[in-house]
Amino acid sequence: MKFGVIVFPGSNCDHDAFWTVEQVAKQPVCFLWHESHDLENCDVIIVPGGFAYGDYLRTGAIAKFSPVMDSVSSFAAAGGLVLGICNGFQILCEAGLLPGALIRNTGLKYICKPVSVRVENADTPFTSSCEERQVLTIPIGHMEGNYFCDDATLARLQRDKQIVFRYCTADGETTPDANPNGSVDNIAGICNPGGNVLGMMPHPERASEPELGGTDGFQIFQSLAGALAAK
Amino acid sequence: MNPVTENSISPELIREHGLTSEEYEKIKRLLGGREPTITELGIFSVMWSEHCSYKSSRVHLKRLPTRSRNVVQGPGENAGIIDVGDGWACAFKIESHNHPSFVEPFQGAATGVGGILRDIFTMGARPVAVMDSLRFGPIAAATAASENRGGTAKSEIHKNHSLLEGVVGGIASYGNCFGVPNLGGEVKFEACYSGNPLVNAFALGLVRRDEIYYAKAAGVGNPVIYVGAKTGRDGIHGATMASEEFSEGSEAKRPNVQVGDPFMEKLLLEACLEALQTGAVVGIQDMGAAGLTCSTCEMGARGHLGMEIELDRVPQREAGMTPYEIMLSESQERMLLVVTKGREDEVFRIFEKWGLDAAEIGFVTDSDTMRVLHHQEVVAEIPNPALTDDAPLYRRPSERWEAEVPREMPAHIRLSSPGDMTPQLERLLASPNICGKRWVWEQYDHMVQTNTVQGPGAGDAGVIRIKGSQRGLAMALDGNSRWCYLDPRLGAMHAVAEAARKVACVGARPLGATNCLNFGNPEKPHIIWQFSQVIDGITKACEELDLPITGGNVSFYNETLGEGIYPTPVLGVVGVLEDVHRTVFSHFKGPGRAIVLLRGSEPGDATDAELEFGSSEYAKELLGTVWGFPPALELEKEAALQKAVIEMIDSALLESAHDCADGGLAVALAESSFAHNIGVRVDLTSDGLAAEFVLFGEDASRIVISCDRSYVSRIQQVAVRYGVFADIIGETKAGEFDIAMDGRAVIFADVARLRQAYESALETALTAEPGR
Repeated sequence: MKFGVIVFPGSNCDHDAFWTVEQVAKQPVCFLWHESHDLENCDVIIVPGGFAYGDYLRTGAIAKFSPVMDSVSSFAAAGGLVLGICNGFQILCEAGLLPGALIRNTGLKYICKPVSVRVENADTPFTSSCEERQVLTIPIGHMEGNYFCDDATLARLQRDKQIVFRYCTADGETTPDANPNGSVDNIAGICNPGGNVLGMMPHPERASEPELGGTDGFQIFQSLAGALAAK
Repeated sequence: MNPVTENSISPELIREHGLTSEEYEKIKRLLGGREPTITELGIFSVMWSEHCSYKSSRVHLKRLPTRSRNVVQGPGENAGIIDVGDGWACAFKIESHNHPSFVEPFQGAATGVGGILRDIFTMGARPVAVMDSLRFGPIAAATAASENRGGTAKSEIHKNHSLLEGVVGGIASYGNCFGVPNLGGEVKFEACYSGNPLVNAFALGLVRRDEIYYAKAAGVGNPVIYVGAKTGRDGIHGATMASEEFSEGSEAKRPNVQVGDPFMEKLLLEACLEALQTGAVVGIQDMGAAGLTCSTCEMGARGHLGMEIELDRVPQREAGMTPYEIMLSESQERMLLVVTKGREDEVFRIFEKWGLDAAEIGFVTDSDTMRVLHHQEVVAEIPNPALTDDAPLYRRPSERWEAEVPREMPAHIRLSSPGDMTPQLERLLASPNICGKRWVWEQYDHMVQTNTVQGPGAGDAGVIRIKGSQRGLAMALDGNSRWCYLDPRLGAMHAVAEAARKVACVGARPLGATNCLNFGNPEKPHIIWQFSQVIDGITKACEELDLPITGGNVSFYNETLGEGIYPTPVLGVVGVLEDVHRTVFSHFKGPGRAIVLLRGSEPGDATDAELEFGSSEYAKELLGTVWGFPPALELEKEAALQKAVIEMIDSALLESAHDCADGGLAVALAESSFAHNIGVRVDLTSDGLAAEFVLFGEDASRIVISCDRSYVSRIQQVAVRYGVFADIIGETKAGEFDIAMDGRAVIFADVARLRQAYESALETALTAEPGR
């Protein structure tokens, strides 16, 4: 039972995810270097936030060619658990592990603030500690968090319950005003059809300890620890 | 062998290099009577520039107190370091990037952040927080019209908007990618900054007390290794540009501004810290202002050794660069390392892992000389002291100066129409200097690294935890240039006192300070007088508050077309919380709590109040006139106040604490109300003063606290012990904001309405078309 956190050049939330897994969730964890194919027998792979390769060409566009991503793709295809946070979500979309793309926020600016998201699907290994329609307060911090996909994909996501988090008001209403970045259908996080790959823009590791202002994000780590224990 | 000398150094060339003929004669003397080569001339030019040599300021800076029990490293290194306990030390510093930010706001500000971050991690410290102090010209017509300058042109307001947007964008882009939380700082507006915005960047890093590195060469024969980005032609003479006034054609200096690459910097950080861990590195310095030149001669000078470098081995971005260009380039994201001979490969392997260039370009010599070769020829050979200790030192003429403002309250000012002051409060809350700066700080990642306990907008100071320890660090930036304009010495004392007070208001004990001193042209006697007065004020306040200055930066020549800025010292104060969980925020937590005003001193009489009110935000914004003097400041009482509030917080007696500053008591109360929609019911007595003085006067040494009613008597006991006043002025109340004076209502509003005025003002100003 082990977590692995990938380190790309330019990852900057790798240590944060590592800390939360090790110190808060009390689970074994290691770093995985981008140039290695070896996932070191990890059971959960976290693709952390940051600016992999500076995000210079397009967010995630270069990171998807990293050797480690080959292994992550095979691992995911075999049902392994993969969590992409922020830049990690962008990379998973670029790598084709999740549908759609994350484009520039409608306000054209970087936004860092806590937002409310509603749990749309509590029946995933990432959200099993949550209640369906529960509202979580978790911070975002991104310039390209505006989720976009075509209508057919959106319909599929909706039909198959692949939308896991949607931006909402504090009361749980998914209004346009509650959407910080222009995402289609207020999407804040989606999973693949198998439910074993999740990408989310909010940073759960930033809301996992009371001194940081909240612990709602910890439910994601708790769910994962539970899923592994049940294996 | 003598360096190749082409006797082509004309008087014009000397002038173009910002050197006087006397300075040129001194150069020849220091070179043993010979003419410098063109490369040497360039080297002297940057090293003797005001920016690098501090030639006009050094005689004054010596007066600053720099020692205390906690100081590990004072001024003279890349950053100051203080001991913060539990085996940890923190490196911190503030630095200006004013000139580049005016020429190219986005890259100028971005590279300002990049430069200060390198200053921190070159000490072996991982940067864990940044803050910024920013100053711009007016961003709204209303502000401009009140400046007594006949208003500000629309085009100027547009320009200020784009400067603000560019600077904020640049800071965000660099810090967010690098992955360091931005904990806020200050953004201020005054007409004098229209042609001269100020961008002062502060950074703080953590390092184990026994793992600090210094920028010092050691070990004759040890290899000198260049790491990081390749050298290009960018930024040549940046330091010289920062040592001149701006004129009409200054935008043409854009090629002097460097372009930042935060991704490269992040790799450089990780690689450098990993390389330091090997123990193979004996000295390290970043290449900032004056690039390779500065790092080579300064590292040598500190170690009383020399360096010989071969420019052909320097990684270069373009072909055909001359020695002059290579030595003076200010390309970003580069470092110079001295490594133990025989252990080079350990270092090379790490840089290769991070995909960075690393090249051995020379070695340490026992000669006390910087020797530079290009194509096997010596292109520069200069004794290190000639560039450092023997650089010119000027005791420039100083002349007393008075601000051109009335010292008495002008006769046309009408105050104290008794009645509803709510509209005035609303206007003050929406004024550019006071209004909420969310539009700015939401563009900064203030949470990365998961240490942020108090981010921007949360409390008076930024607070981070230290992972693996109960301890926390608090930091705040402060400066009030209008007060320094009215009285430079007193204004500077206030900057120290207020920055320290903000740190105390979150419960941290202030331990050290850094300063960024922004002034006009030091060749003008009145500017030197302002500078000297400010140094006196900082010195006095730091001594009384027991705060050492561990480093900082001086920025002169902040003038455009001969028009100087207000004297603008910005202080950064760092403090320690023994238990970060005890920190308090500035906002009220619930209804029915007692509100207590802590005061160091008794309020002055009516005459004082009138003179001091002229320096307030209210006078500037609502009356459109500035007069008089900054508020009086009794430093002993300020120190007692800070100690008292720290003890109250440490004893868990307080629910909130907020420095009562810009905009006075009414604004402080309002600011504490916004976060949870918890307002106040407060009763004040005028004691015969005008209502404006009581509500909006900016008396120093005051803190608004809230607490459970049952703690009031214990709070008052602490206050008595420190000789501090602690009067109950009212209680908190859900959703409503009511202030009465002498029993009559003077302010009554919904918190939500006040909050709306406060929160929306900045964005409205930036999106609105200036003018009517």
